[in-house]
Amino acid sequence: MEKTRGGDIDLTLLDPVIEEKKNSKGSLIPLLQAAQELYGYLPEEVLRYINKQTKVPLSRIYGVITFYAQFYQKPRGKHIIKVCQGTACHVKGGKGVLEEIERNLGIKAGETTEDLKFTLETVACLGTCFLAPVKMIDDQYHGKLTPRAAVKVIEKMRKAEVPS
Amino acid sequence: MRFKSGSDLKSYREKLKQSLDPNRMSIRICMTGCRAYGAEAMRDAFKEELKAQNLADSVDIVETGCHGFCAKAPVCVIEPMGIFYQGLTPKVIPDIVEQTIKNGSIVEDFVFEDENGNKYPYEKDVPFYKTQVRVVLRNCGRINPTSIEDYIANDGYEAIAQVLTQKSPNEVIDVVKQSGLRGRGGAGFPTAMKWSFARSAPGGEKYIICNADEGDPGAFMDRAVLEGDPHSVLEGMMIGAYAIGSQTGYIYVRAEYPIAVEHLKIGIAKAEEMGFLGDNILGSGFNFRIILKEGAGAFVCGEETALIASIEGRRGMPNQRPPFPAVSGLWGKPTNINNVETWANVASIMLNGPEWYAGMGTETSKGTKVFALAGKVNNTGLVEVPMGITLKELIFDVGGGVPNKKKFKAAQTGGPSGGCIPEKLLDLPIDYESLAKAGAIMGSGGLIVVDNETCMVDMAKYFLTFTQNESCGKCVPCRMGTKRMLEILTRICEGDGRPEDIDLLRELAEKIKDASLCGLGQTAPNPVLTTLNQFRNEYEEHINNKKCPAGVCRALISFHIDAEKCTGCGRCRTACPQKAISGEKKKAHALDQSLCIQCGICKGECKFDAIYVT
Repeated sequence: MEKTRGGDIDLTLLDPVIEEKKNSKGSLIPLLQAAQELYGYLPEEVLRYINKQTKVPLSRIYGVITFYAQFYQKPRGKHIIKVCQGTACHVKGGKGVLEEIERNLGIKAGETTEDLKFTLETVACLGTCFLAPVKMIDDQYHGKLTPRAAVKVIEKMRKAEVPS
Repeated sequence: MRFKSGSDLKSYREKLKQSLDPNRMSIRICMTGCRAYGAEAMRDAFKEELKAQNLADSVDIVETGCHGFCAKAPVCVIEPMGIFYQGLTPKVIPDIVEQTIKNGSIVEDFVFEDENGNKYPYEKDVPFYKTQVRVVLRNCGRINPTSIEDYIANDGYEAIAQVLTQKSPNEVIDVVKQSGLRGRGGAGFPTAMKWSFARSAPGGEKYIICNADEGDPGAFMDRAVLEGDPHSVLEGMMIGAYAIGSQTGYIYVRAEYPIAVEHLKIGIAKAEEMGFLGDNILGSGFNFRIILKEGAGAFVCGEETALIASIEGRRGMPNQRPPFPAVSGLWGKPTNINNVETWANVASIMLNGPEWYAGMGTETSKGTKVFALAGKVNNTGLVEVPMGITLKELIFDVGGGVPNKKKFKAAQTGGPSGGCIPEKLLDLPIDYESLAKAGAIMGSGGLIVVDNETCMVDMAKYFLTFTQNESCGKCVPCRMGTKRMLEILTRICEGDGRPEDIDLLRELAEKIKDASLCGLGQTAPNPVLTTLNQFRNEYEEHINNKKCPAGVCRALISFHIDAEKCTGCGRCRTACPQKAISGEKKKAHALDQSLCIQCGICKGECKFDAIYVT
């Protein structure tokens, strides 16, 4: 077991995944996706381990994970808030919704609150334009939002989270 | 069960059909798009109520894909009567079971009502569905997409069975050629021509790819097809693979579409189990496999060569063409790529004949097109119409027009690669050439309607922000050019526009179009160019008079409270993040302009229309 800031990372979890994928063509992205599934993000130790086991150069691994939006190098929050910035949401005030959530959480899109409760992200389109403006918290849609309504849900979740 | 021949399949289908009782009641519930609006709770309520009423054995619940009428979600249709209910909640389900399922009567409160108060209880009469012709969406909302039996019972896999026994690969390409099918991904390249390039390319190993990386914001056509009828895409790919001479197909699907991925996985596994995929398909000697690849979030991967790079496990950056993928594509082998909607057309064309397909549409654009209607339109949703109908028919007859009695301003087709079409061009027929002539493109089918409260400069800036963000950075015109354009648009929106900016934007746009490596850059300036052409006065207002006529660009507007209308309810006061609004209860409030950041929250909160923009 190797120690990291985020706690203990059990790299042996990766072995079956690497074994399964390492001999098939074009498997780097699926392998990284599977690794992220295991750890929630891709810490440096994991990337170095994949490099060691597969001989794929670290530079190429970093090239890939920095290119695609869905690879994360930092731990993410317990709840993921995705605010849609699609065209339908844009013309119906999606930007205002995002800004109010940013103000409320004190973070910008792409960041995670210090207590690791919430990660705030934007998405290009959730494909639920009939709910515009819309956001998703984990797997739950919240649609036809106003900026106020958007933060009320979050405030409620935060109250339920923090035992005071 | 594994089918060994086409006749095997045929007799199985006959048996399936015979076992179906046409008078048996069923409830078709959308379990894809409507999930966002509580379809699962509605289904559970139906289940519970049917059980409680001892009807669980005599009424089926069919969990389908998208019905298209997303604006009215969650929706269901009760068969065999074809009664269409909308906007349901679990609370009203017992009532519907009691009145409609048990007594055959209609619950008026949940049928579709137009703005003149006319009610349409039957699905076939609802204006939204009436103009539509469903070829690609033939099974969407009708069958259970996770049941291969449902697909087979609806003539599924009959086309591949016939093709394998009755047609040579070249004959298949001929049929597609006669049908006039063109690529539905946006550019409209003739499908048969693409197939014949890949077929005649030298080399034993060839690949086909289904491009399911639907990335345009405001587009959800492919998602609906994959979620609602995955087998139609698989069957289309099988036919294409046979025509081209490929044994391996890939589906590159956006990872943001979890239901589509799930349904594809189920579909592929079932098709393998029944012998539609694998070795010696239906005893014909034809071998074909499909591999599913999930994208990792990059818009540029919708471009063919970038998509191939991504499947190969690299950064999704496009390559110079030629060589085209048909000659040197995936792993350097001849490769044919079509998008989801194109593939989903193929089986129907084979079954019904090319004349039938070519009988729909216009001279150069045959068949139907699926559109995702969104934005300031009443009937947001998914529609399929014959090519050649006018934009007006699409937006007003099918789409139900602009909500809240606001004025139609423009329709944006083709997302960030497309352009806007103003009111004066509303009689334009929807075909590839007419839309291109108007400066827009057909695109993949996203259609965003905007009204007078949308600023066209801001909209152009929005699209350019998107493309600039998604530019992969490989070629300079796209990487740097879009950045410079965005800077100019930003300063115009912020009130710092200069008189020469319009010419500068135009010059940059032309250069970027000419010099960019791939479609992303070549089309990125389109939204700017079309808004410049159609709404130049809005640009000039921003630049010369420092005004945003639509009241959107924050640096150019201010919010005011109409003291006559304000009731002093205090909603805006509590909502204002800047604490810029003050006032006593039940007395007209005041807004301190020095604190206001023009976020507009107060206007959205006001129930009395007392806040206005100048």
